[in-house]
Amino acid sequence: MMQPGIVTLDVNGRRHQVALNPNVTLLQALRDLGYTDVKNGCEKGDCGACAVLLDGKAVNSCLVLAWQADGAEIVTNAGLGTMDRPHLLQEAFADSGAIQCGYCTPGMIISAKALLDRNPHPTEDEIREALSGHLCRCTGYGQIVEAVQSAAEKMGGAE
Amino acid sequence: MKYTAKPLPPVDLPELRQVGKPLRRVDALGKAVGATVYGADYSMPNMLHAKVFRSSEPSARIKRLDVSKAQALPGVVCVLTSKDAPGAKLTTDMPGQTGRAARAGSDAPVLAGEMVRFVGEPIALVAAETLAIAERALKLIEIEYEPLPGVFDPVEALEPGAPVIFEPDNVVARWKIRKGDVEAGMAAADVVVENTFRMPFVEHAYLELESGVGWVDEQGVINIRAGTQVIEHFRNIARAVGVPQNKIRVRGTLVGGGFGGKEDITVEIFLALLAKHTQRPVKLVYTREESFIAQSKRHPFIITHRTGVKRSGRITAAEIEMVADSGAYPYLSPYVLLYATIMASGPYRIDNLHVDSAVAATNQPFTSAFRGFGGPQAAVAYEQQLDEIARALDLDPLEVRRVNYIKTGERNATGQVITSAAWLEESATRALEALGEQTPDDGPVRVGQGFASYFQSYGRITWFHDTSRAWVGVEMDGTVVIRCGAPDIGAGQANSLCQIASEVLGVPLEDVTIYSTDSAVTPLAGTSTATRQLYMSGSATLQAANAVRDVLLDRASKHFEEKPENLDLADRKVFVRNAPEQSLPLKKLIAMCAAEGLPLSNLALFTAPFTDGIDPETGQGDVFPDFTFGAQAVEVAVDTETGEITLLKSVACHDVGRAINPAAVVGQIAGGSHQGLGYALTEDYVMENGVTKTPSLAEYLLPTTLDFPTTQVIVLESGSGVGPFGAKGIGEPALTPAAPAVANAVANAIGVRIHELPLTPKRVLEALGKLGSSE
Repeated sequence: MMQPGIVTLDVNGRRHQVALNPNVTLLQALRDLGYTDVKNGCEKGDCGACAVLLDGKAVNSCLVLAWQADGAEIVTNAGLGTMDRPHLLQEAFADSGAIQCGYCTPGMIISAKALLDRNPHPTEDEIREALSGHLCRCTGYGQIVEAVQSAAEKMGGAE
Repeated sequence: MKYTAKPLPPVDLPELRQVGKPLRRVDALGKAVGATVYGADYSMPNMLHAKVFRSSEPSARIKRLDVSKAQALPGVVCVLTSKDAPGAKLTTDMPGQTGRAARAGSDAPVLAGEMVRFVGEPIALVAAETLAIAERALKLIEIEYEPLPGVFDPVEALEPGAPVIFEPDNVVARWKIRKGDVEAGMAAADVVVENTFRMPFVEHAYLELESGVGWVDEQGVINIRAGTQVIEHFRNIARAVGVPQNKIRVRGTLVGGGFGGKEDITVEIFLALLAKHTQRPVKLVYTREESFIAQSKRHPFIITHRTGVKRSGRITAAEIEMVADSGAYPYLSPYVLLYATIMASGPYRIDNLHVDSAVAATNQPFTSAFRGFGGPQAAVAYEQQLDEIARALDLDPLEVRRVNYIKTGERNATGQVITSAAWLEESATRALEALGEQTPDDGPVRVGQGFASYFQSYGRITWFHDTSRAWVGVEMDGTVVIRCGAPDIGAGQANSLCQIASEVLGVPLEDVTIYSTDSAVTPLAGTSTATRQLYMSGSATLQAANAVRDVLLDRASKHFEEKPENLDLADRKVFVRNAPEQSLPLKKLIAMCAAEGLPLSNLALFTAPFTDGIDPETGQGDVFPDFTFGAQAVEVAVDTETGEITLLKSVACHDVGRAINPAAVVGQIAGGSHQGLGYALTEDYVMENGVTKTPSLAEYLLPTTLDFPTTQVIVLESGSGVGPFGAKGIGEPALTPAAPAVANAVANAIGVRIHELPLTPKRVLEALGKLGSSE
């Protein structure tokens, strides 16, 4: 029988201490805590919908066990901005036609954020490479790439 | 430049203030910041978690089913089988409609009792205190099957002696078209060209899995909160669980992609049964692998064209045969086949035409609606056939089409007159012109260009007697509210309605709020399918907004002592057109109206044309409100040593009538194109003896950011559609020409036709004679 352990999850600046079985994924743990902006699309790392920033690096939260994130800084898309104070990337996605059904969007924005953090002026190929782990069934990706380009310009490489 | 754009006829499209502007969609920001709540994101106090126990066999009798151990597991609240829901059927009626047409027998058992007919068929439902317990309980369900012979091919299913899935035979539906004199037309031909084309199962692969929450409220109403394209299924849910229709409420969510896959019922009946049985809230979320086996696919088709042509390219006669696979249950197969049958001959005037089509039951995944609804399959065949005719006659592919393109005022295959603009040559030449000069070959890498024209209906079959309703009202501060049942499945349905109301009532888009997709509190607007919402609910919203506008302008005319037609609404004001300095804030005008008890809201009903059904012997009659026309052109590079196909360029050009939101239109076209390119090159839901070989997104290959260039989009606006402001529909049409364009480009590159999708490296090498044929 598995024994639950106490895991500390720092999410979007809030600290949670939760008792979790060792096989619980970070995706499950975050969604159970109410971070429903982290989407479940496959639970296998194929679609990218569940991406979060783990100590600044974009990861598929379905491929990380919750205890592996113990004490790390976790940022979900909702941690980047809100309806009244959206992040520039979120605004750019909304304004570029990059969002149709919206289900892939939070994961896409997380990977775009990780990209711009390390490379403020990416080329189109670099953007496509950075987002290649994310499936979108609606847009054909073109407007998503444009949104990242547009946000990069507005952010001017300094945030 | 080989092709130049055909000049467009003059069109008078008035400049509007909100309509026609690429505004930020009303649903965009919530989705961007992750605030949008989808079916799986909703939770209730005291909520149970459900799982579905499914068949592992494609064709078997259930000898023994024992759920007692699962039932006894601590934390399991109930396990339901067919005995707990006797006779419950999942009905794919034409929901929400008042049509006279009988159903086409599209009933499937909610839970299988004696027989299972496909892998994934639901057998039992578990509800437990936690998801982990529900998952454990599934493994405790004991079942013994007696395997029965199955049939896994639609052609075999139609042969005598095939195992019969439903008596009397495996024919789910047949349609035919008889027009003119095919024998005489063939006799008059200089050349007869014959080809057979095959297309695979395709998975919808919407990113949002089927999911929802169900509960019984304080009125005893069973509430279902789920992502669906059809809230009118509340009637079918009521029938299945045995409660009155006013005791089921479907509260739709914004849908994380549908593409036809959420047109049929998914989790709704299961949630209703479990909520009714446990009297507790219940959540059910499919896994990706479950979604793959549980829900519908695009129909595989085998289509044979035999076409008689003159040396000029003019078609004198065509005979077309189609066989499609319905899988184990009919669902919408009869109607998908009807669409394919009507569009089988393409956007061409063919006076002598026979089409014979059949859709057969097999022990495969059931097939049903998928963006295009049979239209794309038809186009894959007819557009490759047109290129093969061109090759046989040594004519330019555009020239062959040019002499056959249907024109406004002419009749299509069912004798329906095309009433709107049919910009076929206009769209094809623009797509080809934008494609530009062909990239040179590079050693074994051969480059080719190809294109496809198409037509596709928008709006439902007119003998279904389609209707939509929308309510529009103004608040005391001048803001606007819309209530309309239309589900938004990501294509911008809700936004289009808001942009229309904002235009008519003279307020910015941010002043409009919409409540939608609730079967109890938003006026029923019909399904978000068949590319119908802009046409139907857009028209209802326009009607309702205009009724409110009339009240406002009528009152304002007394104030300004001007005729209402001399007044206008814009920028939150009413003003005199010729003297805009004479104006009044909208909220003051609203206050005047309210003080006099004038109606500041309106519920409008929009009805599509109502027609009688087609003649079953000839297939003749009017079937659709209107059609969208367009084309796509692509350039590919084919490595003749490895068989690898690289898409170099893609251009799509469609006449959308009028773009309500041009950015959203571009998104629909680019995204639809992308799905069609996947259909051509990577997507194949492979079945072997009733079992899928592509059970997850790791094996079933959706295109990624790295696979294809973005399709360049050229939007034409003829203003000739039957939708609001002259709009046509573009949701489904956007996909249709992509796959045949790729197939034609590949044939152009390598000089050989590959008759089966997807166009894989293996098939390229086989076609080039570099591999032994697998046939």
